[in-house]
Amino acid sequence: MAEPALSIRGLTKVYGNGFHALKGIDLDVEQGDFFALLGPNGAGKSTTLGVVCSLVQKTAGRVTIFGIDIDKDFAKAKYHLGVVPQEFNFNQFEKVEDIVLAQAGYYGMSRAEALPRAEQLLKDLSLWDKRHGSARMLSGGMKRRLMIARALMHRPKLLILDEPTAGVDIELRRSMWEYMRRINREEGTTIILTTHYLEEAESLCRNVAIINNGDIIRNTGVRELLAELNTETFLMDLAHPIEQLPEVEGYEIRQVEPTQLAVVIDRGQRLNDVFKVLSEEGIQVISMRNRSNRLEEMFVSMVKGGQNTEVRS
Amino acid sequence: MNASQTLIALWTLVLKEIKRFTRIWPQTLLPPSITMTMYFIIFGNLIGSRIGEMDGFSYMDFIVPGLIMMAVITNSYSNVASSFFSNKFQRSIEEMMVSPMPNWTILMGFVFGGMSRGLGVGLIVTLVSLFFTRLSVEHAWLTVLVVVLTSALFSIGGFINALLADKFDDISIVPTFILTPLTYLGGVFYSISMLPDFWQGVSMLNPILYMVNVFRYGFLGVSDIPVGWALTAIFAFIVVLFGVALWMLERGKGIRS
Repeated sequence: MAEPALSIRGLTKVYGNGFHALKGIDLDVEQGDFFALLGPNGAGKSTTLGVVCSLVQKTAGRVTIFGIDIDKDFAKAKYHLGVVPQEFNFNQFEKVEDIVLAQAGYYGMSRAEALPRAEQLLKDLSLWDKRHGSARMLSGGMKRRLMIARALMHRPKLLILDEPTAGVDIELRRSMWEYMRRINREEGTTIILTTHYLEEAESLCRNVAIINNGDIIRNTGVRELLAELNTETFLMDLAHPIEQLPEVEGYEIRQVEPTQLAVVIDRGQRLNDVFKVLSEEGIQVISMRNRSNRLEEMFVSMVKGGQNTEVRS
Repeated sequence: MNASQTLIALWTLVLKEIKRFTRIWPQTLLPPSITMTMYFIIFGNLIGSRIGEMDGFSYMDFIVPGLIMMAVITNSYSNVASSFFSNKFQRSIEEMMVSPMPNWTILMGFVFGGMSRGLGVGLIVTLVSLFFTRLSVEHAWLTVLVVVLTSALFSIGGFINALLADKFDDISIVPTFILTPLTYLGGVFYSISMLPDFWQGVSMLNPILYMVNVFRYGFLGVSDIPVGWALTAIFAFIVVLFGVALWMLERGKGIRS
């Protein structure tokens, strides 16, 4: 069996002020996976990734990247690693092209090898026209794409994306998703993603770990996790405002706006029962959609009760 | 990383540093040239003509080596201090930290960058001085050796300063309160033989005095202190400070949480 792209055992981090950011976590990410690491702010996501990237010093534990122990040969392990951090971390006054070429140089790539690679990535990420401009002139979305191009210059086998689409508009986010899917599918790049957009994790990732208070409280497949979701909320837009909330036995119905209802459906219940009552009361539904992302509902419920529902799989 | 890849990484960083200070030349190359020109005009020409000879040379000839060295020291130091701290501040140092570059390559890259600016400014000041005097060089190799070593030493000093700094104020404290006084009191404008015995003894504790004097010896062939001893001291300082800087970098001092 192939070595995991990333294997973490007993990873502990205690900061200088005594804060236990990580409490001995275990995590495996298989080669070729598209993996989400989720958790609320301060849960330990960035600390975990910081240790993997050598930006944070671990207190205890073992980390291997494609079987290479970072304590024994971190330099070799780093060749497999590409990092897109949460915050912009390039010199804003440098030219776009210089930033990606310098990164290639740090990995020992010759200029002859780096130039075509930079051209390909900047074109793929729609930054080619901006290559001679200063990075500070780029929009927020372009800066995020620049960090992705920079991280991919040396063709890493494991790409770590720490909230890559934060602050990016929907259209651009979708195009970035497509690009990430492509490099995962076509180039076999293992991707680890942290995000606060749970729709992103649901759409992109096959496996997920949820971290809370420095512990991994869940580590499983996205489908398996969603299959456990017992309730789903639908928003129904009505043709006319209603004065009285309809009552359907066994169903929870709330009025969100005068012309909008939220209907909570448990597993095994049928929407037909709700529509039947609505029709009888002359309430016309003109459209319907999920209230929110399903994974988000699961995430919120797990994090709220996280300390009591610790499961490792 | 193999040797060839390491060289590419080092060259990338050095080139980036050179591009940085040449891109902002009105802040990095122009001010020292103007300041030194003022020194030549005011101290060398106007006041110097009334001072007469110093150690058997015209005052202008006496102060030229010291002023070149002063420019080299301050520019080498401040280039690395400000560049590395800016990298820390903007977090672009992470570009290097996540790469497989060895720490010594990162240190050498910044030091070579600082030396490039220090020696570049030193060359500009030397060229400016030719408008005011006819420079003679008694020991060319020694002159080059000591200016290169001094530039390396203060570049490493700037690196340590930037590693320890938490805010921009921290990288101006050492140049303002330590480097500048030591340079001015390091025999740039006078020979320590003019001082009373006690102050001559105190001056001997100033490391910059040795560098200025050996450099002056290279140009004029006169020095207040033994040349071999001074060179050994400079070299020893380089080895010790390089070791300290590398040790701090390995431990992630100021850059890893």
